[in-house]
Amino acid sequence: MTVTGFFFFSIAAVVLISAILVVVLRNPVHSALSLVLTFFSLAGLYILLNAQFIAAIQVIVYAGAIMVLFLFVIMLLNLDKEKRVGEKHPLQKAFGIAIAVFLLVALGSIVAAGVLYGNKGIHTEARVSAIGNTKAIAGLLFTDWVLPFEIASILLLAAIVGAIVLSKKEL
Amino acid sequence: MPIDYLPIFAFLVIAILFAVVTIALSSIIGTKKPIPQKMMPYECGVDPIGSARRRFSVKFYIIAMLFIIFDIEAVFLYPWAVIFKDMGTFGFIEMGVFIVILFVGLIYAWKKGALEWE
Repeated sequence: MTVTGFFFFSIAAVVLISAILVVVLRNPVHSALSLVLTFFSLAGLYILLNAQFIAAIQVIVYAGAIMVLFLFVIMLLNLDKEKRVGEKHPLQKAFGIAIAVFLLVALGSIVAAGVLYGNKGIHTEARVSAIGNTKAIAGLLFTDWVLPFEIASILLLAAIVGAIVLSKKEL
Repeated sequence: MPIDYLPIFAFLVIAILFAVVTIALSSIIGTKKPIPQKMMPYECGVDPIGSARRRFSVKFYIIAMLFIIFDIEAVFLYPWAVIFKDMGTFGFIEMGVFIVILFVGLIYAWKKGALEWE
């Protein structure tokens, strides 16, 4: 096994285990902390894929900002240990297993068929490494995709207004 | 190149090992004689009342939300800063428009008292 392969499988194992813990753990705060670990390890996978900028964003935005919001929401709702309210649907587990098996077969067949590897674009690994990952993204974002970039600011403005309208008692 | 991140990985491993080893060592070689006073959160001072899991004020939500939004604004500034010298005036105006639109949001939040802790 190559060095990259070793790192990939170790990080992938951490991602999977912590993702399973998010679902399995009964204490919502523990689930949220497992989700932080999942996001962090995903950043490791991005680095293995030569996407350093995305990895940095993953840590700053997901593991940092979004998880802070998650923890705040858990505290706002005053969630204690998961209480078993309501009855479970008798077919709940059967449905879950059926969907999991379906997804496994569907994704497995796509990966096995090799359809995922389509035509490669102009930004090959060598080219991105030559000009630098962040610079390559910036060069595209601020020239070809300038309109979506400016629209993103309007989206963020809408989010500011929405958050204030929702959470202020009197405007 | 992913290999450039090996020092960061080594740093991470050492940090985790240090935390695990110190906690494990102190629990292995330390003596334990628990008495009720030692087990309390504060040995002196006011006795704790109720659970620590109290409901938080909704004010924290708006602070967290505004933090995320301006965090994302800052994220857009990183690639812009990298390419700023190549872009010249166009890049400056472009980011100016972006920041002005978000500045309107900041003024709105300010005027509506979202930054106050009333």
